[in-house]
Amino acid sequence: MGRYLLRRLAFLLVSLALASVVLFVLLRLLPGDPANALTSVGASPEQIAAARHAIGSDRPLPEQFTHWLGQLATGDLGTSFVSSLPVGPEVAARLNVTVPLTLAAFVLAVVIAVPVGFVAARRRHTWYGALLSGISQLGMAVPVFWLGMILIAVFALGAGWLPSGGFPQDGWAAPADAVRSLVLPVLTIALVMSASLIRYVRSAALEVLDSDFLRTARALGASFPAAMWRHGLRNASVPVISVLGIELASTLLGAVVVESVYALPGLGSLLATGIAQHDYPVVQGVLFVSTLAVLLIGFVADLAQRIVDPRLRARLSGGAR
Amino acid sequence: MTPADLLTRAPAPARRRGRSVTLAVGVTLAGLIALLALVSLVWLPYATDDTSGGRLAPPGDGHLLGTDKLGRDLFTQLMTGSRIAVEAGLGSVAIAALIGVTLGVLAAFAQGWLDDTLAAFLDILIAFPTLLLAMLVVAARSATLGSAVLAIGLAQSAVVARLVRILVKRVLAEDYVTAARTSGTSWPRTVAGHVLPNIWPTLVVNLALQFGLAVLAEAGLSYLGLGAPPPNASWGRMLQEAQATFTTAPAGALAPGVLLVLLVVGVNLIADGLRDTLDPATRGRRS
Repeated sequence: MGRYLLRRLAFLLVSLALASVVLFVLLRLLPGDPANALTSVGASPEQIAAARHAIGSDRPLPEQFTHWLGQLATGDLGTSFVSSLPVGPEVAARLNVTVPLTLAAFVLAVVIAVPVGFVAARRRHTWYGALLSGISQLGMAVPVFWLGMILIAVFALGAGWLPSGGFPQDGWAAPADAVRSLVLPVLTIALVMSASLIRYVRSAALEVLDSDFLRTARALGASFPAAMWRHGLRNASVPVISVLGIELASTLLGAVVVESVYALPGLGSLLATGIAQHDYPVVQGVLFVSTLAVLLIGFVADLAQRIVDPRLRARLSGGAR
Repeated sequence: MTPADLLTRAPAPARRRGRSVTLAVGVTLAGLIALLALVSLVWLPYATDDTSGGRLAPPGDGHLLGTDKLGRDLFTQLMTGSRIAVEAGLGSVAIAALIGVTLGVLAAFAQGWLDDTLAAFLDILIAFPTLLLAMLVVAARSATLGSAVLAIGLAQSAVVARLVRILVKRVLAEDYVTAARTSGTSWPRTVAGHVLPNIWPTLVVNLALQFGLAVLAEAGLSYLGLGAPPPNASWGRMLQEAQATFTTAPAGALAPGVLLVLLVVGVNLIADGLRDTLDPATRGRRS
């Protein structure tokens, strides 16, 4: 396990290095000059050149890249071209909204999907098993923003129980308000996420329910719950864990639509404005932080899988998968 | 085994009935929307810029579903919206299939560290949300249906490539490929003759699922104002425009969503039906 951990960590660092090069180059390939966003319309060539010099975009690419890496090494994500504020604290402030939003939605989705998916598999020949599968099928087809609109119409505009959007100015200094403003967004993401999770849980559970080892355990006299607990759960959770990892990672940035519906100041909306304004340091900073998060989530998911499934540990090549 | 064998081999009658119901419902739902899209090419109840109906007219009285806040007929917009949705789905899937299959087949031949790197690269690409890739493409080009379709297609090609890579690797390990290779068949002929016929059932099912996801993604982009520009009434933009008047004129905020769900459910059901028909491995398990 120790050797595997080292290999996996090395792989993580190499991926992060590669990803940062790709990020940097890709962003420079985009047409559009950030200096145009900084200067007023009809600025003279000298003014544009001065703006370029001020933000350093007139320097050769390798130099810009090493400059960025040097900053990263000291934990500095750079300074926004547009607002002239440091990117790091801005990203951190956005994470204060996005991380609780994503994690709460993720936990709620798992809490919904695991029992529902299991029942849908175990009782697949009954009417409610079929109904549960049908609901999940329907849920996967509902656009997340439309669900958000409906929830707002019902619970905010209709019943008036919860705010229809926004986040308190002082953030978590007003915990009750912050939580209240996150309830509907969390519910929106969790419902859509659980719809697709139910399907994965259901098919993983079917795999286990039809398996020879479960039948053998039952034949040897184990009760269904005992056999499931001892043999079924571990086997079923291996494929589900990797799906969970991907879902969590893509929700982190994918929450941008929900953030837009509920006017939340999250990471996705920071990235969206950054892209629109060609604000490289902001875009780079957000994407770097989220790539790091994606890689870390993958790392944790891999470890969790190996802990759950000893067969993965026995395999000689402990590479990426 | 040729694809024709897979299609024609008769499954057990009871299973077959359940399967054909799934397929039939899916084809009906998706077909309904496709029909709307086709009809919209030759006939629309009103011109797309006809605002004679008055603002936010209720359903009925010459306007089947009423009008939007600019006085445009809602049903007319729904029809053009269905055309845009179908176009977005087909276009994205075409791009995803073209790039994804090519990349996936090439990646399947890679070995050792190159293989690990490609796999990790695809994983990272997949974790990168489609919508954000789309924002980058829109920032580079402009907010048009073409940009949206290109972005969605590119994002999905990573998913397709990963699937194809795994499927091809599995086929390449089979004895009949070794036999073909030892008997002197060239790689291109092996891929065309043995690999593609064996992966296509799973591939087609996945592409059908991607179609539904592409329709959803296009709606999301249009909702954010990054899809087809006005006067093209994309369902996503219709919903965004109707959001402010949800409680006073609910038809505009509900109808596009309902059609969207019908189309995506329909296509997903087709995918499920196809999977059960085409893929012998899952036969009988998903009834």
